[in-house]
Parts: sequence; C-alpha cells; structure tokens
Amino acid sequence: MRAGPMKQTLLSLSNLTKQFGGKTVLDSLDLDIYDGEFITLLGPSGCGKTTLLRLIAGFEQPDCGSISLSGVDLTGTPPEGRPLNTVFQHYALFPHMSVFDNVAYGLKMEKRPPDEIRDRVEEALAMVQLQDYARRKPQQLSGGQQQRVAIARAVVKRPRLLLLDEPLSALDYKLRRTMQVELKRLQRELGITFVFVTHDQEEALSMSDRVVVLKDGVVQQLGTPREVYERPANLFTARFVGETNFFPGNVDAVNDGDIIVDVFGLKRTLRKPDFELHPGQAVHVLLRPEDIRVLEPTDEQGLAGRIVERNYKGSTLDSVIHLDDGTEVLASEFFDEDDPAFDYRLGEPVRVSWVDGWEWLLPEESSNASVGSLTDDV
Amino acid sequence: MIRWLPRAWLMLIYGLLYVPIAVLVVFSFNDSRSGYTWGGLSLRWYETLFNNHAMVEAMWNSLWLALSAATVSTLIGGLTALALHRYRFRGKRVLNGMLFVVMMSPEIVLAISLLALFLLVGIQLGYVSLLLAHVTFCLPFVVITVMARLSGFDESLPEAARDLGASDFTMTRTVLIPVIMPALLAGWLLGFTLSLDDVVVSTFVSGPTYEILPLRIYSMVRVGLKPEVNALGTLLLVFSLVMLSLSQWILTRSKQ
Amino acid sequence: MPASGVSPTMSSIRQQPFGAAVLVLVWGWLLFLVLAPNLLVVGASVMTRDPGSFLSLPLNLDAYRQLMDPLYLDVFLHSLYMAAVTTLACLLIGYPFAWALSKVEKRRQLLLIFFLIVPFWTNSLVRTYALKLILATNGLINSALLSLGWIDEPVRMLYTEGAVIIGLVYLLLPFMILPLYSVFDDLREELVMASHDLGAGRFATFLHVIVPLTLPGVLAGVMLVLLPAMGLFFVPDILGGSRNLLVGNVIKNQFLDARNWPFGAAASIVLTLTMAVLMLAHRISKQRIGEEGSA
Repeated sequence: MRAGPMKQTLLSLSNLTKQFGGKTVLDSLDLDIYDGEFITLLGPSGCGKTTLLRLIAGFEQPDCGSISLSGVDLTGTPPEGRPLNTVFQHYALFPHMSVFDNVAYGLKMEKRPPDEIRDRVEEALAMVQLQDYARRKPQQLSGGQQQRVAIARAVVKRPRLLLLDEPLSALDYKLRRTMQVELKRLQRELGITFVFVTHDQEEALSMSDRVVVLKDGVVQQLGTPREVYERPANLFTARFVGETNFFPGNVDAVNDGDIIVDVFGLKRTLRKPDFELHPGQAVHVLLRPEDIRVLEPTDEQGLAGRIVERNYKGSTLDSVIHLDDGTEVLASEFFDEDDPAFDYRLGEPVRVSWVDGWEWLLPEESSNASVGSLTDDV
Repeated sequence: MIRWLPRAWLMLIYGLLYVPIAVLVVFSFNDSRSGYTWGGLSLRWYETLFNNHAMVEAMWNSLWLALSAATVSTLIGGLTALALHRYRFRGKRVLNGMLFVVMMSPEIVLAISLLALFLLVGIQLGYVSLLLAHVTFCLPFVVITVMARLSGFDESLPEAARDLGASDFTMTRTVLIPVIMPALLAGWLLGFTLSLDDVVVSTFVSGPTYEILPLRIYSMVRVGLKPEVNALGTLLLVFSLVMLSLSQWILTRSKQ
Repeated sequence: MPASGVSPTMSSIRQQPFGAAVLVLVWGWLLFLVLAPNLLVVGASVMTRDPGSFLSLPLNLDAYRQLMDPLYLDVFLHSLYMAAVTTLACLLIGYPFAWALSKVEKRRQLLLIFFLIVPFWTNSLVRTYALKLILATNGLINSALLSLGWIDEPVRMLYTEGAVIIGLVYLLLPFMILPLYSVFDDLREELVMASHDLGAGRFATFLHVIVPLTLPGVLAGVMLVLLPAMGLFFVPDILGGSRNLLVGNVIKNQFLDARNWPFGAAASIVLTLTMAVLMLAHRISKQRIGEEGSA
C-alpha cells in the first residue's frame, strides 16, 4: 500500500529510553508511526525491537520518554487501557477456552451485549476463514490456524494499532509465505496500522511500507524497503539487509557532479554521494550481488578473478568469485536459457564488473573494525 | 501490586515452617528438666537417648527396615519403570493407574487393608509385614522418579545397542541401567526416608516383637514432654538434611 | 502418574522374557498387596462384627448405618470440618506462596524448593511434638506473651481444635504448595499479558485466566491435603486431646481397640470414595486445559 502525501501521525514515540540491569536496551528513541501504514521493526536479536513493542503495548514502562496515540499521552496507561492489541509470538491463546471464547474475550471485557459479541466474533473468524472451528480448543488446531485465531482475537476489538511480535517465526517456510500474503491482505482490508517485529529481512522488505532498522536500541535507518535495500545508511544496515559486496575504494578526485574512485587500481567515475568527500579519502563501494556482471576473461574492463562456487537457484545463478588479491565476490545473475556460453566451470577465469551508477558509497566507519569479512550472512 | 509483598509472604511462611524445627534443635541442648525454660547448654538429653536401650534397638530396627524396604522397592520400582517405558503390553494404563491410586490413597486406608490381609493370610506382624507394607507405599514414588528420568532419554540409544548386537537383557544392563542410575539412587533415598518417617501404616502392621523408631517416638510424645525427643528430632533432622542434599546433588550433577 | 507416550521404538512384551518377568513380579505385588487387601476391606465393611475372629457372616449394611449414628456422625462432620479448614488454610497460604515462588529467579527457586521439602523429609511426629513445645500452656508463645505483659494468664492453646488445625496445616502445607508451584511454573506469562492486552484488568485476568489455568494444581493440592487431614490420627493424639478426633482416629480405634472391623472398614471406604471424587475432578480440570498445556 502506498501511503498518500497526507501522512498523519498515529503513534508518536519520543526520547524513549529503557534499561535492564544497567544495560541500555533502548536509547532515546524517536519514531513517528503513520495512520494506516505497515511498519516493520527489523534487527538482530537483542536489538531492542521486542522491548520497543512491549513499551508500546504497555507491558513495560519506559525509564524516560513518552508514547502518545493521536496526541493522547499513553505513557502511564496500563495495557488494558490502551486502544491497541498484540499478536504474540507464540500466539498466547487461552488453552481452557474454545476458539470462539478466545476471540470473544476482549469484547466480553468491554461488556458488549452477547448478540454483538456473537456477530463480531463470527465476522472475525470468517475473515481468517475459521468460522467452522469456533467450538474447537486451540490445541486441536494446526500452527497456522492458531496463528489466525490470534489475529482474529486481536482485530475483533478494532484497535487503532496492531502489534505483531514475530508472529510468523514458529511456522514452516511455505506457511510463512502464505501468512505473509494473508497479513498484507488483512491490513489493507482493515486499514489498521500494523507494527510488525521480525529479524527476517526478507519478510520485512516484502511486507512493509516502511522499515525501521534497529541495532543496540538505536534506529540505524528508517525508510521504505527500497531505500533500506538500495541506499543503506550505514555498514550495519547494508550487511544486515540482504547480501552485499564491499569493495575498498579511494577517492581520486571530486568533481561537480561525480567523483573518481580507485577500486583495486581501477579508476571508476561514480555518482557523487550525499556526504562530504575529499580526495584521498577511503570509502566503501557497495554492490548487491545482482549488480555484479560476470564477464569473459578476454573482456577489457573489470577485475580479474576465478569462479570458486556455482549455485543454481532456479531463476538465478549465484557465483562466488575470488579476485586475484583474494577478495571474495558474490554475483547473482538471471538465468538465460538461450545463452549457451552463460555457464562457467569451477576454476574458470572471469572478469568482474558492474554498471556505473548502481553502486552505493559509504564513508569509512572508524568504529567499525569488522570490515574484513566482506559478506555477512546474518 | 506492592513489589515487596510477595517476597515478604515467602519469608514469613518460611519463617513459620522453620520456627518449630529451630525450637526443637535449641531445646535439644537445654539443660533444664522442665522442657519449657532455658537452663543452659548441655548434651544430657543425647546421653539419656543413647542410654535408653529400647530406643537404640528401635533405631537399629528402623534403619534396617528402611534400608531393606528402600532396596526392595527400588529394585521392583526401577524394573517396573523400565518395563512401562520400553514395552507395549495390555493393562499398561491399569498398572499406571494403580500405582497412582496407591500414591494418592490416604495412608490409613492402605494401613487397614494390609492389616486385614496379613491377619487373613496369617503373616505374623513384625519385620516381614512391615517390609511388605513399606515397599508397597514406596513403590510408586520410585517408579515416578525413574520414569521422569527416562522420559527425557534419547530413544535411539537402545536401538543403537541392539543394532550393535546386544540382547535385550544386555542392552538394559549396559545402556538403560547406567542412564537411570541417578534416578534409582534418588528413588532409593526417598523410599528410605518415607519408611523411616512412617507412623500411620506402621502403627497397624507392626507387632510387639519388632519395635521401630516412629512408634517408639509416638508412645513417648503422646503424653507429656520428653526432652530426649528433642535430641532425637535434631539427629533425625541432620540425617534427613544429609540424605536430601545427597539426593539433590545426585540428580543435579547427573543432569550436567 | 503420567502415562508414557507410545513411542515407535517400543517393543511388544511378547518377545521379551526379561520384561515379562518384571511385569509378573509387579503385577503380583500390586494384586496381592493392593487389590486383594482393598477387596478385603470392602468385604469386611458388609460383614458382621465378631469378637473372636474379627468378622463373621451374615452380610449386612449395619456398619454403614452405624456411620449415620449421631454419635459418629458428629465425629465425622467435625473431622471433615477440621480437614476442610486445614485445606482452606493451606490453599490461602499456599496459593500466593506458590505464585510468589514461581516469580523468583530460577537459580534461587531451586534452593527455596529444597528448603520447602527439608521439613517434609523430617520426621513428622517430631515436628508435631515441637509444636507442642510452642503451644503448651507454659510453652513458648505463652511465656513470650506473659513476659511482654500482653496477657496476664496463659492462653489455652494446646488440646484445642485450633491446635489440631495448626498441626495439620504445618505438616501438610508443602503438599499444597508443590502442585501449585508446578502449575504456576507452567503458566506462561504471555497468557497473562494477552489478557491485559485484550482489556482485562487485574481482577478479570485473575478470574478468567489465572484461576482456570491453575485449577488442576489447586485440586491436586486439595486432594493431597484433605485426605491426609482426615487420616493423620497422631496429630489429634499429640495436640488435640480427646474431643478433636479425626476420621483416622475413629478408624484406628475401631480396628485396633474396639475390634469393630466392619465399622472401621466402612469408614475407610468413605475416605476412599472421597478420594475417587477428588481424583475425577482433578482429571476433568486437566482435560479442560488440555493435558499438554497449550501448543
């Protein structure tokens, strides 16, 4: 869903800080969540994403900072008083209640009349295609069905905001893909704002309107999936989201519109990035595997190397190439059935290049010493 | 909720549980004869205790009974747990259920039923009747302890042993028994303590020829105060602490 | 006792002479020392009292009728009352105790449970006797209160109904706490959070989520306390005097002193039936929440 130009802030987090036993889990975090968007909190375990979710839900209190929903301060409000609901990681269905009673629970707490409860529960169950399972106990359902009950139970209360805490992590791969599509559909139909927590970058990119990349309680980047993937704000995001080749570069000259960078002795004219540059500065040249071109060894341009691994992935052919200086390069090319020369044998010499303008530049980060490992499969 | 309230409640109840035990230990070193007032430190009640021949004999009887009851129930209970774990057979649920019922039954119900049986069959009330009775009420506890251990056991180990040519019996001896050893020891210690502590069943099935410690204590504490009971209680407490620590140590060490 | 799951590696007993021998042994033991004696008691309860050989024909229900005799009925009801108060007290003390215990960090929990079962491993007669030292007319509580000047005369505490109940609570409390602790330990924090998230306050969450999920533990605890609280005859013997008798005292007197076996047997069958009802309730409550907890 494309959020229109009129982005209205629904939930506003400002200066949120939370410590556990002296360890800072969230560090003065600011974030505005728009009405009706699907926003994902993405990060490795321990990055603070679950804590952030618990603060929004009200299960934890921030050490300082505030949370407000449509301008109303929620910071001191207990979870039961907040007009938002949670889909828990392990579903948290009440085992002593039927599916119907589970979904009806929140409405009973609102003291709704029985007729209304029945109608709304049936509607919610129909929405997740479980109307025939109302009398079952949760433990009689499959994992995917339990997941849908948990969603029905949360949305039946028509919350302004739905919090989803890694809701798909317990499902197997195929079911996860199905549920991803279904969650997107539900979010579109209901128009509820979804705050989704995951450590799976693929899931985050395919489902969200915006992605918040978190690390050590600090927002690393906030943007659309495309921005996060194509224009990572720093090395962490680049490494965490998708696979990336990092080439060490050195700025030779800075012109008006472009710059000249030396990469392994190759002079390339590149687009000028947003940050300040001066000649002689070291930079990282980032290239996604699909931006890499593998060329015949006779080709004039590019860097010499040889193929060390070939993996057929169906639609793409992934290669690992060792450059002559030992640098490892990942390349992912679309499979072309009509090209007989497309395939290379292991050990075969090739040349590696890319299309100018597809690269992304990041400044050298002094604090980050782990640049040595060029591919980081998180 | 007030944060300290749960902690305070825990501490209060622990305190109340241990007050009588503390009183017992302190008064066992009391020199005063009256039993209620403090008369200075003394070991006289320990002396009195060990000079009481009937008491010392009852102590030996009890130890011997507890030792044999624990051993027999561990043997039978351990093997039963193995059978329940390993084999498919008819009446398995009934067997499980029966052991559960024995464990939950009020002791007094077990006691009179055994008394009726022993008198009917003509088993003389004494060591043998006590042994049969004690093994019966210890049995389910041993089975439970060993089953708990077996439930977390890698099922492919017995198969690997059979695959490598061990017979069922050899496999049990070389693979299963070593695995359940800690549970067997813990079950044995539990049985030993249960037997040593039992009053209700023993009251019914013991005879005049074989007096055991709990019954000796029972006849002493029914009327008035006997300060040597404090000394005996302290000794039993220390003994239990050692046994329980041993059992916990065995169980936790084997998990690592 | 948990029924063991049928694993695919289980072999049939028919091909295993060693296993068969074990089963013959344990079945023999249980049939001879559990089933047969209990059938004997049922038989005894419908026979006639005989001073010489304990029992004789004809068969009749006199023993059960005698249970309804006002004299015994009073004792029974009084015993039931004391057992019920004991159970309730254990529940009221044990429920918050087990809850609090389950919230302590895991490492300390093990130690705390250890200290909970130390008394349970210590001779119960001796511990009951220690209560006597505390409750007696010239015992510790009275001495303390007198020397503080809070009372002028010793308060009579020993040989009262209260003393019996205190004794029973003291001996049986761990049996209430341990099953309760086990259900609280299994209670997933996520379910409590989900309840709050769906708009339930503390009280509603307690009523609709915590109580139903801990009910099996409550019933197990009740079963483990209520039945012994009717049977532990030595507690009234030491603390209660002659008027505060338990069913256990009646059974013991009838069997060992009055030699009225049919009556003693009938009383014990009433206890067994109580147990059966409680076990059934426990089973149903466990089935309601699904024996595996929740998936």
